[in-house]
Amino acid sequence: MKIRLDHVVKTFETFRAVKDVSLEIESGELVALLGPSGSGKTTILRMVAGLEYADQGHIHFGDQDATDIPVRDRGVGFVFQHYALFPHMTVAENIAFGMKVSKVKREKAAIDARVADLLRLVRLEGLGDRFPAQISGGQRQRVALARALAVDPKVLLLDEPFGALDANVRRDLRRWLREIHSELGITTLFVTHDQEEALDLADRVVILKDGQIVQQGTPEEVCRDPKSSFVMKFLGDANVLAAEVRDGKAYASGAAIEVSGMADGKAELYARPADLDWSLQGPGIPASITRVLDRADGRRVLATAETGEHLEFDVEPERLVKAGDGGFVTLRRAKVFALA
Amino acid sequence: MSTPATRRKPPRVGDQPLFRRLLIGIVLVLVAFLILAPLIIIGVEAFAKGWQVYRDTITHPDTRHAIMLTVLAALVAVPVNTAFGIAAAWAITKFDFRGKRFLLVVIEIPFSVSPIVAGVAYLFVYGLQGVFGPMLDEYGIKILFAIPGIILASMFVTAPFVARELIPLMQAQGRDLEEAATSLGASGWRTFFSVTLPNIKWALLYGVVLCNARVMGEFGAVSVVSGNIRGQTNTLPLHIELLYHDYQAAGAFASASILALIAVFTIIAKVALERQGAGRVHSPATRPSLVANTAEKTS
Amino acid sequence: MRRNVLPGLPLSLGVTLFYVGLIVVLPLAALVFKAASLGPEDYWRIVSSSRALASYRVTVLSALGATVFNLFFGLALAWVLTRYRFPGWRIVDAMVDLPFALPTAVAGIALTALFTTNGWFGSILGELGIKVAYTPLGIMIAMCFTSLPFIVRTVQPVLEDLDPALEEAAQSLGGSDWAIFRKVILPLLTPALLAGVSLSFARALGEFGAIIFIAGNQPMSTEITALLIFIRLEEYDYQAAAAIASVLLLTAFFMLALTNWMQSRALRYTVRG
Repeated sequence: MKIRLDHVVKTFETFRAVKDVSLEIESGELVALLGPSGSGKTTILRMVAGLEYADQGHIHFGDQDATDIPVRDRGVGFVFQHYALFPHMTVAENIAFGMKVSKVKREKAAIDARVADLLRLVRLEGLGDRFPAQISGGQRQRVALARALAVDPKVLLLDEPFGALDANVRRDLRRWLREIHSELGITTLFVTHDQEEALDLADRVVILKDGQIVQQGTPEEVCRDPKSSFVMKFLGDANVLAAEVRDGKAYASGAAIEVSGMADGKAELYARPADLDWSLQGPGIPASITRVLDRADGRRVLATAETGEHLEFDVEPERLVKAGDGGFVTLRRAKVFALA
Repeated sequence: MSTPATRRKPPRVGDQPLFRRLLIGIVLVLVAFLILAPLIIIGVEAFAKGWQVYRDTITHPDTRHAIMLTVLAALVAVPVNTAFGIAAAWAITKFDFRGKRFLLVVIEIPFSVSPIVAGVAYLFVYGLQGVFGPMLDEYGIKILFAIPGIILASMFVTAPFVARELIPLMQAQGRDLEEAATSLGASGWRTFFSVTLPNIKWALLYGVVLCNARVMGEFGAVSVVSGNIRGQTNTLPLHIELLYHDYQAAGAFASASILALIAVFTIIAKVALERQGAGRVHSPATRPSLVANTAEKTS
Repeated sequence: MRRNVLPGLPLSLGVTLFYVGLIVVLPLAALVFKAASLGPEDYWRIVSSSRALASYRVTVLSALGATVFNLFFGLALAWVLTRYRFPGWRIVDAMVDLPFALPTAVAGIALTALFTTNGWFGSILGELGIKVAYTPLGIMIAMCFTSLPFIVRTVQPVLEDLDPALEEAAQSLGGSDWAIFRKVILPLLTPALLAGVSLSFARALGEFGAIIFIAGNQPMSTEITALLIFIRLEEYDYQAAAAIASVLLLTAFFMLALTNWMQSRALRYTVRG
């Protein structure tokens, strides 16, 4: 099912949570809504579900205008941030709930068989008669997913699906959700504030800030070509240097890179730690090393440029560097954004 | 984008306008008939025979004596029960000991015991047929059919009021603050007055207000132990009964109007204290803890 | 068990035990002792006399009627006060506590005045052929009045704290309002409803002040058990009073135990394991 949001606006009290958002999600696509808290991502998800109504604009499911359809008739599967499992029902009863209350009457045997299938799908065979309080967080998460899938939703919506879990469980569940998605091919929209989660899992990432979409694209597109300093910073660690653009070149702390097509003026240069390197000869940014942090997969070097700016970059484990060394920080690549 | 924002919310369970109006209507009618009407009729009946009769009743020596006795009972029973409530809450929430659950049950017993049963029970302790009665009689000490009996019976009926407000709150607040204060060298009393008390003052006051209302209004237990001697052991509620059965309805309602006024003030005080957060923490017995689903707002 | 590091255990526990012992345990023990001193045959004769049995019947049946009425009315009231906002809801919310705050004798004469044959409600109901004052129906109304807040005030906080996401989840799974209420909301309210019902029932069983004015107090028909105890006392039949009082006391303890047991059963699902 294709979903289309058309100039959607939502205001709470006086706070404008979502400002004129238009978005299309293709049938079978797995899309992440990524943004810091307060960016309106959960509100968008809840409007798609029908748990909130848009103040302005329209939401289409396929050819149907779903804007005013209440949640119970919208045919979406929603996985809540804290799962919202019914605490007085067993795991199996939770999963069966949607089938039992459905207008379509089903045989008990058919419901039981479907519950067994879903328990197998989410790898919880044998836990059907436990209560939610008796299973782990990761297991609850999977029960919530099975419960949402039980009603054969046209669209699957997940609100911070892994937010409340440990890092290890999170990584496992991420892979597993991706597998389930390829198996079922159901249009899926999920909300996260964790850029790694969005990039690992999604076909397409929609980045939000203050209720507006600032950039969208495949993980590769948004990572390789961030269109703004916000996206650059939000997607990962970055060094920031004050820069000056003159005649198609940006100059920062003694380094210079090509920036074709930018107007002259003040700017900022962004470079990820992996975009920088250390060399004893110029050209580059003259700097001295203040500290070396050893890590399992390499060495993180902290340095201070002659201009006083702090820089962080990674070198390979074999590289002999130590605090007090002088040299040059070289730029492999960088992004320059004009100061507004 | 020029259309004004329409604040529409998706319907929650029970939000259909017809159902909603119907339910509100039924509830309001029942509240008006069952709760509001009795309050109104007290005022109406109190002044049925005119302002003069009302004033005569209120200023009659027997009525004044009944008021004095009611106030006296409250002045003794409420502070004693407050001290007990604080001691019980401190012992139960700040320490672990055997039999704590049992002690909690025993403290709550007066809530489920009929006031008549309480009165009869006191008869068998301090009455002439009772355990201590003959001994007390020898020394000429009169407890039953006298003021001490009235006060004791009131204490029984209201014993749990303060403790019940404090225990769940102090349980929820834990022991960290007190332990920190003690580790910094504060004495026990100092810790209580400067650390514990500021955190429980509203709940404490809430319990005191409710306790006071019940002491002043207690009827069943007091009527057993008081002996109903006009002008001597009649509290205000007993005085009302006496007047009522003497066919002085207007007088009974006039006296009742004083107690009704106290009840209204109690409720106003209760609402004001609830604004300060009192009465919000409830015992786990009446509040299921939904372990798997603690409500948290989404971003 | 955690070590006790704070001061004041001997004092606070000592005061508590002394007070509870003197004020609560001693009198009740004396009552039980007095009743037990009767011997089984005399005891049984008194508590199973036809007048006593009639008083149990009218007390229990009226209390049951009042509790069932309050179960529905109390739940509706708690629902309206937590879910709907209408002009004056705060006043209604505050008024729910009036039966707690209003002395029972005052409530008794007020209800009687309303429901006697020439009272505001009594005269209207009388024309319809319904007699309330001095009948079991009057007893029931007095019980409804005094025990209503128990159910409202135990259900209301649970309803307020109900995670809205549970309802939303049930809606997203296609549940109708009625199905969600019956299968999700009501089961989650059950422990609180049970607590409220048993408190309300216990209060109705023991109620005295509000009832004696409206009841008519005719032996064998409108005489409640609490009043029978009182009458036995006035006849200086202390042993009979003790015996019948012990029946009320044991019933109260039984209700307490039953409630605890039902609640722990109703909350089984929250136990981790």
